[in-house]
Amino acid sequence: MSEKGVLALYWAASCGGCEIAVLGINEKILDVAAAFDIVFWPCVLDGKVRDIEKMDDKSIDLCFFNGAIRTSEQEYMARLMRQKSKVLVAFGSCAQEGCIPGLANATTKEAIFQTAYHDTPSTVNPDGVRPQTETEVAEGTLYLPFFYETVKTLGQTVDVDYYLPGCPPEPERIWDAIVAILENKLPAPGSVIGAETTVCDDCPRTRDEKKIKEFKRTWEIIPDPDICLLEQGLVCCGIATRAGCGALCPTVGSPCIGCYGPNEGVEDFGARMMTALASVIDSDDPEEIDRIIHEGIPDPIGTFYRFSLAHSELRRIALPANGGSDAKLETAESA
Amino acid sequence: MADERFEPKIIAFLCNWCSYRAADLAGTARIKYEPNIRMLRVMCSGRVDPSFVLKAFALGADGVMIAGCHPGECHYIEQNYKTMRRFSMLKHTLKALGMEDDRIRLQWASAAEGVLLAGAINEMIEQVRALGPLDWPKNWSENGKIDKAIEQLVEEHAEAMEVPV
Repeated sequence: MSEKGVLALYWAASCGGCEIAVLGINEKILDVAAAFDIVFWPCVLDGKVRDIEKMDDKSIDLCFFNGAIRTSEQEYMARLMRQKSKVLVAFGSCAQEGCIPGLANATTKEAIFQTAYHDTPSTVNPDGVRPQTETEVAEGTLYLPFFYETVKTLGQTVDVDYYLPGCPPEPERIWDAIVAILENKLPAPGSVIGAETTVCDDCPRTRDEKKIKEFKRTWEIIPDPDICLLEQGLVCCGIATRAGCGALCPTVGSPCIGCYGPNEGVEDFGARMMTALASVIDSDDPEEIDRIIHEGIPDPIGTFYRFSLAHSELRRIALPANGGSDAKLETAESA
Repeated sequence: MADERFEPKIIAFLCNWCSYRAADLAGTARIKYEPNIRMLRVMCSGRVDPSFVLKAFALGADGVMIAGCHPGECHYIEQNYKTMRRFSMLKHTLKALGMEDDRIRLQWASAAEGVLLAGAINEMIEQVRALGPLDWPKNWSENGKIDKAIEQLVEEHAEAMEVPV
């Protein structure tokens, strides 16, 4: 074996932004290539799953796994990469907390299939065909992965050693993590490699007492450039979000949407946001409070769980027929 | 078995200064309420983070009650007003997640209102019983077929990599 480490990168339910973020470390990618043999990186290199299957267990030193788990194929790959890797890093928000793919948990598999294969204006499907997990053709059987009702995070699927937050992780943080791994200066297994403060700590805006009579949408006001956005009525998630981005959005007048995930010690991002926002509403009258909340936050899931629905305590919306998951899966398979 | 009555599990967070004493009073006065409720004492209803409530549902509770001092009577001056706002926010979010309104209840009960609290508990138990079991974790449980599909993948990969003779 070479003295170099062995590195693998994989993607599951993700947008590809994490792959770009890896290349965002610019010329330092050459240092990575000098330190590691990259054995598997489907986005960039040709490689076959079969080759990974044939490798010895724990023969990959480090695996950056981005993306959430929403099909049986992704779950298989998550298990495979776990089996073959010494250190498995949930890379980016999708792997850590479900992120945007996890918002599929705000609807159902049936509704997703209905939209994707029937309802979208660009879909031409007169026979109402839907993908099948098994299809018999003259040459034999063709298989497709099984599509899950509920998107899972990587941590809900296999044991994860470290989490690297962000949608996508900032290149500087990726480099910090690589250095920490190379120098063996890692935190305790299971922890997040990142800051333990919030976006507010990096935000240059001045903070004073927060008292809000009305939440505002971003298009309703041109915010003052120096005052805390939350004090101006914008729902800024900086208070619950882990630092690491350098407060890019609030600095330029756009409220934080929470892409760097929950801060250290926060289990449920939405719960933290609800607590924080409830504290700043300036009213003691139940009816007025309800009005402020209902008018100001028309989409609580999108506001509080934009990146973390799959990782939240409740993970998803209630299924129409709770308790009928077996029947649902069968219908979906035979549909 | 089919006509066996559903016994809901309800978690209640009661504040130390009013509502828990109301429950104590109900006990010493021998006021009866149904045994479906599990009470947890907290120092103030303002201590109840929404994550406690979410966790209770995620662990299988059928309903959650938060009880505290009446507005204006909080031992910690104004924390129950925060409870009031937080509750509104939480209820709004739970509704969006598809949970019925009656599964979560905010009840003000002073230390003297044992009867009122016992009545509220019974009322909530009846409402939740009428709704039926919540069993939230079932929403994300997948079945064994997926494991089969995953095992199958290994064979498919082997087949796909075979070089035709």
